[in-house]
Amino acid sequence: MTEAELMECGEKERQRFEAQPLRIGCCMSSGCLSNGSAAVLEALRASALGSDVFPVGCMGPCSRGPLVWVRRGSEIRTYQQLRPELAARAVEGAIDPRHVVSPDDPFFSRQLRIVTSHCGVINPERLEDAVAGGAYRALAQVLREWEPARVCEELTRSGLRGRGGAGYPTGVKWNLVRKASGGQKFVIANGDEGDPGAYMDRAVMESDPHRVLEGMAIAGYAVGANHGFIYVRGEYPTAVHRLDMAVKQATRRGILGKSVLGTKFEFHVEVRIGAGAFVCGEETALIASIEGGRGMPRPRPPYPADVGLFGKPTLINNVETLAAVAPICERGADWFASIGTPTSKGTKVFALSGAVVNTGLIEVPMGTTLREIVFDIGGGIPGGKRLKAVQTGGPSGGCIPEQFLDTPVDYESLTRLGSIMGSGGMIVMDETSSMVDVARFFMEFCRDESCGKCVPCRVGTVQMHRLLDKIMAEQATLEDLALLEDLCDVVRHTSLCGLGQSAPNPVLSTLRYFRHEYEARIQNRRRLTSTRRPLELVSVNGSVAAPAKGGSI
Amino acid sequence: MSVRTFTLNDQLITAAAGQSILAAAREHGIAIPTLCELEGLSTVGACRLCLVEVAGSQRLLPACTTEVQEGMTVVSESPRLKHYRQTILELFLAERNHVCAVCVSNNHCELQNRAVEQGVTHVRFDYLMPTLPVDMSHDRFGVDHNRCILCTRCVRVCDEVEGAHTWDIMGRGFQARVITDMAEPWGDSTSCTSCGKCVQVCPTGALFDKRATAGGMVKQPSFVKVLQHARARKESQ
Ligand SMILES: Cc1cc2nc3c(=O)[nH]c(=O)nc-3n(C[C@H](O)[C@H](O)[C@H](O)COP(=O)(O)O)c2cc1C
Ligand code: FES
Repeated sequence: MTEAELMECGEKERQRFEAQPLRIGCCMSSGCLSNGSAAVLEALRASALGSDVFPVGCMGPCSRGPLVWVRRGSEIRTYQQLRPELAARAVEGAIDPRHVVSPDDPFFSRQLRIVTSHCGVINPERLEDAVAGGAYRALAQVLREWEPARVCEELTRSGLRGRGGAGYPTGVKWNLVRKASGGQKFVIANGDEGDPGAYMDRAVMESDPHRVLEGMAIAGYAVGANHGFIYVRGEYPTAVHRLDMAVKQATRRGILGKSVLGTKFEFHVEVRIGAGAFVCGEETALIASIEGGRGMPRPRPPYPADVGLFGKPTLINNVETLAAVAPICERGADWFASIGTPTSKGTKVFALSGAVVNTGLIEVPMGTTLREIVFDIGGGIPGGKRLKAVQTGGPSGGCIPEQFLDTPVDYESLTRLGSIMGSGGMIVMDETSSMVDVARFFMEFCRDESCGKCVPCRVGTVQMHRLLDKIMAEQATLEDLALLEDLCDVVRHTSLCGLGQSAPNPVLSTLRYFRHEYEARIQNRRRLTSTRRPLELVSVNGSVAAPAKGGSI
Repeated sequence: MSVRTFTLNDQLITAAAGQSILAAAREHGIAIPTLCELEGLSTVGACRLCLVEVAGSQRLLPACTTEVQEGMTVVSESPRLKHYRQTILELFLAERNHVCAVCVSNNHCELQNRAVEQGVTHVRFDYLMPTLPVDMSHDRFGVDHNRCILCTRCVRVCDEVEGAHTWDIMGRGFQARVITDMAEPWGDSTSCTSCGKCVQVCPTGALFDKRATAGGMVKQPSFVKVLQHARARKESQ
C-alpha cells in the first residue's frame, strides 16, 4: 500500500461511515468486558439489525461500564451501565436518564485526549477504521519529508519525555540510538505495565493498537532499526490479541514489512508475551526475557542504546510514549510543546482509582492540579469523607498529602514532593486509610516481585516488610523505626535495578508526611506494655485494645 | 593496547582499555571487597559489596562490572560505603542459616571473611532462617541451601567453564534457589559431569565435599583463573 492508497482507503471508509444512519460503538476493553459488555454488544446487534454495531476501546469512566455510544446522523449520545435488556431502548434513545452520560460531564470536558484520542472511538479490530481516523498519516509524512535526524530533532523540540516512569527525554534517547554504531538495531515497545492499579498502556493497546505500531515504525525509521518487538504481559490477552491482529493487518497491507508504504524503509513487528513479572518491565530484564532468558536485570551501563537486544543498539520506549509520537509528527513539535508546563510537555494518561467517585482512565495536560483531577474529573470522595492523600507512581512512588493538592502534576513537582510521576497509576485515599498500611502493601509487592539477584532488594525488602508489620501490630520500638529508615537508605542506594532503588519510596514519603502515624503505633505499644497503666483505657484506632495484643513484650 | 588513566582514592592509576575498576584496583594492590565476582567467570554485579563512588554518577557503581573511563575519579573507601557494606553483609547473614561453628567452611568462608574484614560485629535484623533442604543425593558432593548466598558462581562456572549448565536459579526474590537440571536431585542429574568445579568456587559452605567435617572444607577457587589463562594461551597458539 502506498501513501495515496492509504489516503484513498481512509476516504472510502469515512464515506461509508457518512452513509450509515446509525452507528453504535460498544466498549470491548477489559474494564467493560468484565462488566459484561460482550452480551451488550450482542443485544445491540440484535436490536439494530442492518446498522453498524461494532466493538470500540476504552472510553474512560470504567467504573460506569458497560459504556456504549450511539451515533444518529451527527448526534452522539453515550450510555452508561447498559445492560443487555436495555439495548433496544438505547438504540431508540428512549431510556432512563440514569443511563445517559451528560455531554458536559466534567469527567470528559476537563480532559484533553491526544494519546487516547481514538480510544473508544474507533473499532480497534479493523485497520480501515483506524486509517479513517488518520492512522499512519504521520508515518507517511515522516517517510516522505523528513530525514531520520530531523525526526529526532522534532521529538526533542516537542519536549516529550518517557512515560514509563523515569521521564527521560524521548528525542535525546532516539538520537543516542540513531548515532550508535552497528548495522542491526531494534525498537522495543514496553507494554509490561506491572504497577498495581495501572492500566493506561493496556487501554491504549486494546483500543488503538495501530497508534502504537505507527509510533514504533516512526521510531524504527528515526533510529535505523528494521525490527521491532512489543512486549506485553501475559495478563493482557485482549491487548495481545488486538496487537497480533493489527500487526497482521498492517503487514498484509504493506504498511509494515519489507517495504513500508511502498518506500525503501523496512520494518517488521513481533508481539512478545511476558509472564507477568513486575521486574520484566525494567528494560534490561525485559531484553533478557525477549532473548529467551530469565527476566533478570543487569547493571547499566552499558545502556540498551549501546548494548541492547541480542547485544545490538536498542531503543526501548513505553507504549504511551510511542503512542504520542504520531500526533507530534503530524501536528508539530511546537503544538505539543505548547501544552503542559515548562519542563513537562503534552498530556499524561492516568488510571484513577481508590476512594473517588469516578474511577477510570483519564488524560489531562501536564500541569493540571491534583485537586482538579480528584474533585473535578474524579467527582470527589464518596461518602462525604475527607481526602487524605493521593498515591502516584505505584510501588516506586509516594503519597502526596492533602495540603499539596494544588500542586501541578509534572515530573519535577511530584519528585520535589517525594513521589514520582511513574507510569500513571493514581490512587486516592480517604481519611480511613492507614498510611503505614499503605507503605506495607507496596513493600509486600516489592518483596514478592524482587527478582532475587541482588541482596539489598532480595533481603532488604523482606526485612523492611517485617519492620512495617511490626509497626502495624504495635510491637515496634523507636529503634525499629530508626532501623527501617537506615534500611531504606541502604536499599535505595545499593540495589542493582530500579525496583530495589525505588522500593523504599512509599515508606520514605509516608514517613515524611505521616510520621505521626508511625509514632502513634509505637506509642501505643509503650502504653500497652506499661504495667502502670490500666490496659482497658488504651484506645487503638478508636476501639479498645484487647489486653492480649502485644502483651508478651 | 590503549591505556586509560583514572584516579582511585586520590591515587593515579592506569588500566587497560575495557578493564573493570575492580581489576585495575587489584593490579595496583588496592582491595575492594567482593563476593559474587570470581576471576575467570563473567561478572554479574549481584552482591553489591564492590560498590564504589564515581564522580559525576548519582548512583554507586559496582567496581566489578564498571569499565574504567579515561579521567574518572573513583572512591572505594568511605564511611558511607563502609556502612553500606556492613549492612549488606548483615542482610546476607540474616537471610538463611549462617551459624559458623558447625559449618564445613568455618574459617575458610568468604562470607565470614568479608564480615570480619568489614567489622560486622552483630546483626541488627531478625534472622529469617527458613528451613531449606540439604541435597545429599550426589555420590561425592552435597548442597546445603541454608548456606547458599545466591552468588551464582556455581551457575556460571558450570556453564562458562565446564559447559554443562547443570546449575541454574529457580524462583524469585527471597524464594530463589539454585537448582540442578530441572530442580531434580543432584544425584539424578544427567548433565552433571561430577567435575566438582561448582564446589571449588562456592564462597560458603553451601556446596561441599561429602567427606568434609566442620571446618574441613578448604576450596581452591583460583583454579578458574589459571584454567582460563591456560585455555586462552592454547587458543592463541
Ligand atoms: C522495576 C521496574 C519496572 C518497570 N516497569 C515498566 C513498565 O511496566 N512499563 C514501562 O514502560 N516501563 C517500565 N519501567 C521503566 C523501563 O525500564 C524503561 O525505563 C522504560 O520502558 C523506558 O521507556 P520511556 O523512556 O518511554 O519511559 C520499569 C522500570 C523498573 C525499574
Ligand atoms: S563483586 Fe561486584 S557486585 Fe559482587
